[in-house]
Order: sequence, then C-alpha cells, then structure tokens
Amino acid sequence: MSNAETPAPAPAGPPPVETLTIKVDGRTVQVPKTMPDWQGKPQATTMLQACALAGVDVPHYCYHPKLPIAGNCRMCLVEFGTPVMDPATRQPVKNEDGSVKIARSVLPYEPGTPRGAIGCATPISPGMEIYPNSPATKQMREAVLESLLINHPLDCPICDQAGECKLQEYSVQHGQATSQFVEAKVHKPKAVDLGPRIMLDDERCILCTRCIRFAKDIAGDDALGIVNRGSYNTIAAAPGMKFDNNYTLNTVDLCPVGALTSKDFRFKMRVWFLKETKSVCTSCATGCNITVGSREDTVHRYEPRENDAVNGPWMCDAGRLNYKWIHREDRLKHVLIRGQKSNWATALKELTAKLATVAAGSAAVIASARQTTEELYLLRQLAAKLGALTDSVPRTQQADRLLVSADRNPNSNGARVTGIATGELGARLPLIAAGIRAGTITTLIVFGEDVTQCGIGADLLARLELLVVSDILPNPTVAAAHYVLPGCAHVEKRGTFLNGKGRLQKFLKGVEAPGDTRPEWEFLHELVHAVTGRNGYTSMEGLFNQMAQDVPAFAGLEWAKLGDQGVTVSI
Amino acid sequence: MAEQFKLVLKNADSPGYTPDMECYLKHGGYQALRKALATAPRDLPDGKKLSPQEVIRDDVKASGLRGRGGAGFSAGLKWSFVDRRSGKPIYLICNADESEPGTFKDRQILHKDPHQLIEGMVISCWANDVKLAYIYIRGEMPHGARILNQALREARAKGFLGKNILGVGYDLEIHVHRGAGAYICGEETGLIESLEGKRAYPRIKPPYFPAVLGLYMCPTIVNNVETLAAVKHIVEMGPVNYAKLGTPNNTGTRLVSLSGDVQKPGYFEIEVGKVTLGQLINDANFGGGLKPGRTLKAVIPGGSSSKVLKAGEVFKLKRKGADGQMTTVDVPLLDLPYDFDSLQAAGSMSGSGAIIVLDDSRSMVETLANLSEFYAHESCGQCTPCREGALWLAKGTHRLSHGEGRKVDAEYLLHIAQNIQGRTICAFGEAAAWPVLSFVKKFREEFEAHGAAAEAARKNSTSAGTHQH
Repeated sequence: MSNAETPAPAPAGPPPVETLTIKVDGRTVQVPKTMPDWQGKPQATTMLQACALAGVDVPHYCYHPKLPIAGNCRMCLVEFGTPVMDPATRQPVKNEDGSVKIARSVLPYEPGTPRGAIGCATPISPGMEIYPNSPATKQMREAVLESLLINHPLDCPICDQAGECKLQEYSVQHGQATSQFVEAKVHKPKAVDLGPRIMLDDERCILCTRCIRFAKDIAGDDALGIVNRGSYNTIAAAPGMKFDNNYTLNTVDLCPVGALTSKDFRFKMRVWFLKETKSVCTSCATGCNITVGSREDTVHRYEPRENDAVNGPWMCDAGRLNYKWIHREDRLKHVLIRGQKSNWATALKELTAKLATVAAGSAAVIASARQTTEELYLLRQLAAKLGALTDSVPRTQQADRLLVSADRNPNSNGARVTGIATGELGARLPLIAAGIRAGTITTLIVFGEDVTQCGIGADLLARLELLVVSDILPNPTVAAAHYVLPGCAHVEKRGTFLNGKGRLQKFLKGVEAPGDTRPEWEFLHELVHAVTGRNGYTSMEGLFNQMAQDVPAFAGLEWAKLGDQGVTVSI
Repeated sequence: MAEQFKLVLKNADSPGYTPDMECYLKHGGYQALRKALATAPRDLPDGKKLSPQEVIRDDVKASGLRGRGGAGFSAGLKWSFVDRRSGKPIYLICNADESEPGTFKDRQILHKDPHQLIEGMVISCWANDVKLAYIYIRGEMPHGARILNQALREARAKGFLGKNILGVGYDLEIHVHRGAGAYICGEETGLIESLEGKRAYPRIKPPYFPAVLGLYMCPTIVNNVETLAAVKHIVEMGPVNYAKLGTPNNTGTRLVSLSGDVQKPGYFEIEVGKVTLGQLINDANFGGGLKPGRTLKAVIPGGSSSKVLKAGEVFKLKRKGADGQMTTVDVPLLDLPYDFDSLQAAGSMSGSGAIIVLDDSRSMVETLANLSEFYAHESCGQCTPCREGALWLAKGTHRLSHGEGRKVDAEYLLHIAQNIQGRTICAFGEAAAWPVLSFVKKFREEFEAHGAAAEAARKNSTSAGTHQH
C-alpha cells in the first residue's frame, strides 16, 4: 500500500448556530438565538418562533412570517416568566430545590394579575419560560376572540372564507360557546369594490392590516389604509385610487377572514368541496408553485403554494386567473384525420407508417415550451430518428420586480436541455420556414403552437405533405393539420417544467381531460416507441427516470426525488 | 394654610406679563440658557470627566425631576436611555398634545410664557446633542400654535435659536407641528407616527422604544411641556436647590388642574407632595370647598383615566419614621399628599395632575358613561382589545345610564375592562379600563341598583301590558 491515507477534510457545514435554552410548556428546548425575519435578515428569535420550534402552535392573525410585524391582533399573547436575578451578583436566584427561580410576568400595577406579551414581537431571553397553554394564556386568547367576534356579522353560511377561516378555526379551538354581548353591533360598508379583482366586506374585517402591509411592503403599491377611528376603523383604498396591481389577489389568501374576497371566486364554490392538487403555474418561467382547487373535473381556482426557492407564498394575479381556457367550449376533443373525426388507434397507426417512410432531413418539429419536459424529450427522440430540425417559440414580455419573468414560457429551459431548442428559442424557425418554402421540408410536427404566428403562414402549411398538430384549442395551424391530436392542459396530466432558474418542478393531475383528449406524453410515448423501436415506459415515473438517464442536466434524478418543491439542476 | 408655590408660573401669573420676548427678557429670560452653555466640564471623584452636556444631563437626573405628562418617569433616566452611539441624529419632541380630560396646565405655559418652554427646550436639546426638535401641539389649540411660532421667530431673531446659538457654535431648529385632534397623539409613539405624517398608531415596544428607534427610526426624546419648562429652573437653581422643593422622590413643583364640583376650579402650582388632596379641594387658596350643601362623593385624582377614589377611603401608606424605619400608616383620602408616590400607593395615580371632584349630586353611572364614551371615541382602533372593548364599554355604560341596564351589568363591565388592561399596544388600554374598573368596584351598589331598577321597570311595563289585553 503506497498511498498513505489522507484524512478527509471536514465537511464544510454551516457555522454552528448560537442557541438559547428556554422552556416551552415546561419542556426544556434549545432554540437558535436569531431567526430570519420577514426579509430573511437574522433577528432575535421571538416567543412565537420558539414555540413553533418546540412544536407548539401559538394562534395569531396579524403575524405573517413574510410580512413586517404589526402586533395588533393580540391573539398571540402568551404568559411567560424570566429568571429572577440577584441585583448584587447578577446571577439567577435559586429556589430551595436548586432550580432557577422564575418570576412570572404580572401587571406592574396589579401584581396578582398575569401579564402576557405578544409572541410575534417579543424576543426570547436566556432561561425564559413560555406558557402557551397556561390558564392565563387561554383566558387572554378567549378574550381577544370574544372582542373580534362581538362586532363580526357571523355570516359564515354565506361567506366564501368559511371552511378556511382563522376566525372559525380559532373559535373552535379557543372560543366560547355563548356570547354575552347584548349591544348593537357596529355596521360598516359591505361589498366594497376595492379594485378590479377584489371585493371587501368591512364588517368581516378584523383589521389585522395584513393586506395593507402586503400592498405597501411586498407589492410596492401603497394603496390601502385605514379610515375612521376605534371600533369604526375601516379598510379602504386611498381616495380616488383602486387597488389594482398584479398581486392584489394575494391579499385574499392573506386575509385570515372573509373580508377580502376574489371577485373571480366569490360565491362560486364552498371550499370544502374543492380537491387540492399540487401544481405549478404555467404563465411564465418563474414557475410559481400553486394549489389547484377543483371539483368534479372543473378547476375553480389557483392559489399560490409556498416555496421559498421560487415564489415564497405569493403569485401574480395574471397567473392565478390563467385557468379559464381549460374549460372552454371549443376545446379540441376529438382525433381528426383530414378534418374527419377518427380515433387514436387509427391515427397513431397511420402516423407510424407515414413517419417510418419520411426521408431523413425532410421533417421538422416545432414543440411549444409550454409542453412538459417529458413531452419535449419524447419529441426530441422522434426528431432524432427523423433527422428533423427542431425548435420552440419564444414568448418575451416585460418582467416585473417581484415574480413575473420576461420569459412567458414555463419550460424554455426544458426545451433547451432536451435539445428541442438551443440557446435562443425560435432561432431555427426561419430555417424551417425556408425549408418548407424550398420544398426540402415536407413533414411538420407541431405541438402546442400556432406556427402561423411565427413566420410559417397558411400558405407554407399548405405546401406540406404531412402536417401533424397536437393542441388544446383551435387555431389556424390546427385548421391546416392533416392529423389533429387533442392534448391536455397541465392540470389534466402529470409532468415537469424546468423554470428560468433551473428549478425542475413536477405537477400532478387535478382533473380528467375532456372527450378523447389524452396527455401528450402518453400518445407520444406510443408513437415514439412505434417509430424508433426504442422501448418506452407506460408510466410517468418510468418515462421521467429514463429521461433523467438521457438528459445530462437531470443525471441522478428520479421522479420520486423531485418532492413537492422541486430540485435545482445545473443548466 | 397650604399655599401655592409659583415657579414655572411665577412670571406668567404676574400682572401685566405678556408672552413676548421683551417681557421675557425683562424677567431674566434666557439667562438659564447662557448659564447652561457656559457650563464647565466636571471632574468626578472616580476620575471620570463629564462634558458640559453630560453635566446638564447629570443635573437633571440629580434634580429628581419626574415627567409631568402622566407616567411620572424620571426625566434624567429617560434621557440616559438615548442611544448616543447609533451615528443617527437625535431628536427631541415636546409633547404639547395636552388632551387628558380635566387637564389644562400645559396651555398655561404655552399661552402665557412660551419662551420659558423654548428656553427649557434649547437647554435640553443642547444637553442631548439634538439639532432638530419639534413641538407637537394639540390641533384644538390653534392660538397656542400661533403664540409658539411667534415666540420661535423672536428667539431666532435674538440668536437663541437657529445657527450658532449665542455664538457657541451650536445649531438648533425647532418646528411647531399641529395635531389634527386625536387624543392618541399624546401617546409618545403615536405622536411620533403622526409627526412622520402617518396615522397615529402607537408602536409596539419592543422593538420601537423612542430612545432607540423613535422619530424616523432615530433616537428620540419625548418630554412634556411642563417637564421641559422645569429643566430651565433646574439649570437656574441648580439641581440641589430644585430637589429641595417638594418632597423626597417627588421633587419640584407641579401644575395642578382642579375641576368639577368645587367652588373655585382652576389651575394651581404646588410643591409636589406639600399639599394634600383635601387642601386642594377645600382650602381657600385652592378649590375653596364644595358647593353649598354638598358632600364629597369621589375624586378622580390624575386625569380622567386615573382610578377614582371614593370619599371616606383610607389608604395604607408607607412612611419613613423619625427613626428612619418604614412604618405603615393609615391615610384618609383627603390627607393624601398630592404627589406621584402617594397617589400610586392609594391605587391610583397623579397622572397629568388633573383633579376632578365629584359631589353627591353626581351619578357615578352617568359619569362613567361620559368617560367611556370619550375613550371609545378616542381609541385609535389599532389593537383588538381596546378597539372593540372601548366601544363595548361605552355601549354598556350608555345602556345602563339610559334605563336599559341589568343587574349583571356591573359584572359585565368589569369583565370587559379586565380584558383590556395590560393586553394592548399602548397605555390607552389602561386609560379606557381603569375608570370602569374603579367606578364599578368602588360604587358597585350604585351600578347594581341602576340595573335592578331598570329590570324592575321592564318587568312592570310587561305585566301592565299583559293586563291591558
């Protein structure tokens, strides 16, 4: 043995975290001295954060980890104690049994009455004891809830928030069964048109100011504020202003009660009927994580799903409302051969035969960067067999400062890593157009794009011997197709998108596709198998894992490893 | 017989005194500022050396001056909390938002002797390295704002304010800022928000202690008008002589606003603790006694938010005997020395120095309904317990005082008030809760009788109605 064993270098882990030892609910816990604040900057750990680390939920309304602290709802008031310090020695005073003597916090002017502190803003200190379940803490919670409910309309039966309302949830957990309030309630404006997408019910509002803080500090649109005083306080848009930026609907998610509702969603569906499916937004290259809310194959809403590596807890209004086309009446629902209704078996059999005889170099493939990575991968397999030119179509618009990417395709990077496009999307489209014009390209396969919008007009399409089109909605390219293969919206299938920053994220199927439509990856896999002779997988998991072996960027990945929040790959 | 001691109002109340510069100078004005600016550094026994500014700060601490706004916190200690290492500017704000019901003492200074305040402010600013200061004056005092602005113009013209004050190379500007009529602007962090142009929502503490994160997130001192005026006298007299006024731990003089059922309501200046509540109410030099034929029912001793004291109450107070030992003595209400510590020991506070006297013609239920309506109207509504509780209290007391009460309302009101105090962002929660807690606890039988009478009346009208049919 000539090689002396060299000691392995110590793994470069994160620096050790400074911790404090405190007690939560009687249990000793070590918690970090600092934790990230709403902007990610380290700040002294709060009682609420410490309780969360100890597995104890401290109820709260105004506190939100991604918003500046307001401290106004007082729901997170908790009783606490601190070690008694000897003023002379500055050392903790001990009890007879040797334990540290703790002074419970009391009202300075009424030493018999416990005094709570708000968990969201009160930093922990060494030796502190937090009592999140003590009788005094529970009493404080009950009292705050009572205060919040006395002027609340209690109109849960017709409230859109019902079922996902913190006022309801905390009433069940911490509330009282009866009310002793015998006065007239305060009445406030209802159905206030706050902006094009937001409706406000001021009577339901608990004035937590989450919406105001979001508008000012996250969206950068200081449009909301409070008018009037005391119990008559009312959320309102600034005089003469509408609450209208591309992020307004996040306030509906943030609103812990039913005060802010989405004009798109209100009165449409009781939320407890909604099936929730983890998915990804397709409206741009950011790939905001979303939850699709659907019932019986109808999509009712998109909501952001928190992913700090991508979108935090937010998404833009445009992306959120970009689902209506899924249920359009004119969806392509049938397999068409030269305009005549047909079926998958016939179409795929004929296409297999035709594609098998295509001369090398006489075909081209244009595949949308809205298709899934798996579909793009399969199309690339097909193109390789045919010796076909491939490309995708760019969609570039203005980016914003928060989430919206200039690249409005969800999967441009997917098109790149699978080899459908190289570098700039659309660079080879003029070549394809020229090939058709010159008669060298006679077969064109188009997935998810209207190529008449990008330099390949109906006149050129008419010259083709074979035009195969898969799409979801009708367009001039579909109209010119010899074969129409109806595809699926992403909520109707599974797959992955590779976002602008190299985050590979999977999405799941929420609803069944209409008519004869089939997920593209499913029929492509059949076609590609038939044409190339390469064995395919009949499951998404198998297909993905095969792709991961072939595409260098995905080396070592498996479907099961993607998790709910995706993985970052090197692109 | 107890007498007034005029220090702060000495000039203002002398015949022919006017609020202009000429008159102020004739009465020795701005001499304290000259004295302060000429302060020599001081060597301490431990070898430390105090800068002239530190000497003034030390003197204010040594004088025992306690804040005259309401809390009675040591002014010198408050100054010592200021973060002087942040590298940010330090601001000083004079809180002239005098709006505690029953209080009308700061306006005596503002209207009659504005230069005294300005002199105290310039000294305080110099001692704290403040280059920019504000006087936040209550919106309802437009006349006071005009007088102050005129006085500031005069001070600038004379070189007491502005660039290079009195040639010592010190620059200071003072601006008057008028409020828009909200009680909450008197709360120091609410005041700061308002001064920043925002809704006067008090800030959460932690982290926004004004001494560290105050105006524009810079270290800030907020002092009451009377407190800043007293600084001038501390410099003039020296801290030792100032501390000889009043009583130990309750030094100096205080302006007292006396209102309600006395013959001679008005403002008085007393040595703190040298005059009793009874003397303030009854002596010819002060309130001149109750109205003919009336007996005392209650005293609200320190502004409308302080806890009411009931006629005949006897309090246990700790007193230092001749032998230096602390003993507990029984002190009847009217023998309470009017100072910070005695009123606190009696379970209330001297607050803003406003005494409201109630005689036996007053209904405690109606009085409380009046107070609660005020606090419901003035709650800023930021935090839940106060926002909802203050109006709830107002509605409950209104109902009770309008013949629609119930016997349980006494308990009901206590329940609501107990859930406000100690649970709110600022001390307004206490201000709204304490009148209720003290009125109902001390006059419980009156509240219950009110409720019982209303219940009986409702029962009678119901049975009478049944009978008719």
